[in-house]
Amino acid sequence: MITLNDVYIIGAGETKFGELWERSLRELATEAGLRAIESAGIYSRDVEVLYGSNTLGGAINAQNDIGGLISDFAGLAHNNIPAISVEASTASGGAAVREAYLGIRSGEYNVAAVGGVEKLTDLYGSEVLDLTSTLLDSEWEGFFGATPAAIAALVAQKYMKDFKVDRESLAMMSVNDHMNASKNPDAHYRNVLTVEGAVSSTMVAEPLGMMDCSPASDGAAAIILASEEYVKKNKIHGIRILASAVAQDYLALHSRKSIYRFDSTVVAARNAYKKSGLKPDDISFAEIHDSYSIYGLIELEDLGFAKKGEAKSLLPDDIKLDGRIPINPSGGLKAKGNPFGATGVGQFVEAFQQLNGKAKERQVKSPANALLHSMAVSGSTSVVHILEGN
Amino acid sequence: MGELSRFWRESNHRYRMVAIKCDNCNQIYFPPRDVCPKCHRESIGKMHETELSGRGEIVSYTIVHDAPPAFMRQRPYVLALIKLDEGPTITGQIVDSDHEALEIGKRVRNVFRKVREDGKSGIIQYGYKFVLEE
Repeated sequence: MITLNDVYIIGAGETKFGELWERSLRELATEAGLRAIESAGIYSRDVEVLYGSNTLGGAINAQNDIGGLISDFAGLAHNNIPAISVEASTASGGAAVREAYLGIRSGEYNVAAVGGVEKLTDLYGSEVLDLTSTLLDSEWEGFFGATPAAIAALVAQKYMKDFKVDRESLAMMSVNDHMNASKNPDAHYRNVLTVEGAVSSTMVAEPLGMMDCSPASDGAAAIILASEEYVKKNKIHGIRILASAVAQDYLALHSRKSIYRFDSTVVAARNAYKKSGLKPDDISFAEIHDSYSIYGLIELEDLGFAKKGEAKSLLPDDIKLDGRIPINPSGGLKAKGNPFGATGVGQFVEAFQQLNGKAKERQVKSPANALLHSMAVSGSTSVVHILEGN
Repeated sequence: MGELSRFWRESNHRYRMVAIKCDNCNQIYFPPRDVCPKCHRESIGKMHETELSGRGEIVSYTIVHDAPPAFMRQRPYVLALIKLDEGPTITGQIVDSDHEALEIGKRVRNVFRKVREDGKSGIIQYGYKFVLEE
């Protein structure tokens, strides 16, 4: 009989997200990593393995092997511990945490570090667009002029027609993100946004305007995971990971069974609920991958918080900090920001603070369980984690 | 040459809309694939080329304003999901059409056009686009 180890988050840290032109990839990653180690109360020498999460470093910053880079400049390479880079498009963060989780759960390691970092502002806008479009099917979507925003717009146009949803409803996702981010000192955008302001923003790909789209951000986030044995022996307080699940769908939107249901999210969520023994009603708050406002609505449905086509019934009140199911207390991808490789790890930093009751102004009232959802650009991969509060 | 060959090897599919049919389940795939996602190993040796009519209907569309460098001169352009009469849904541009006339469900047919250009001296790539049917 094989026994699997329970896995706990014992530390978390991040940099500010934003346009950080004066900071390098390695500086950001090291800052987040050291904060995580400090918050865990351990020493760098206690870390047995490192997983580095990044998406476009090779293309944008001319730097591959981010795991190796982080390990080197965080001073871990000196100890010759394993350092692996994880790339799963914009779901790299969730995927890297899952790899670390599996490493501890299997019994191979007792302490693992996960560091996610991205610097998207090292190139100009249209050049970045060329590279973010490589996350789609380059030959059969990107070749014809598809961008991540254009694909999201195709999803939105059909969804809005079939379920009679207007742009104001989409805007409420962004408005909620900005309201929460206004209370988060690490957020890229801390300004409050109105529905009118959102719907009148510059068109990116109709019907989506700039305020329906997450920004290109720089930033880093890191967490430390440890086994139950390590946590007990060292009398460390940790947040238990109840479930970790990942699922895949066709890479290109045009090959999927439905264009407004992310089956990767549906399946990953179903498996995570099953493993944790919880239902959507048991979740106290969720951090979801709302890279585009329309994706936020669809994810509310695919994660089980609303029926298909009915996410708008949760807007705007149910998703607020004091609502029935608070969504993105951190400010989400739209306002906390979207530094791809750091985004999914940053969700854990937020959940760690929330579940420890240390989120200050944006604290969700006595949260029991949190759900975190990290997704590859238009839904080809989804990673879902469920965490247990105190 | 690496970049050139990347486009050249797909020209048959992009110029003439040559798809792949799985003779095991009769499903037609475009873009082409070497393995049928439904039949898996049963499809080995049974994936054969078949030409598409190039006709279909609009599943969804968007007018793209924020464009990558290779499409700067075309913006704003219309990108759409087209469900072809033979079954597959594909991504492509709709051209020569009044934006006001676009509607989900409308019929389109393919035309052969320049798709993108890599700067002033880079290669020009051709392929299918779509127009609204009269």
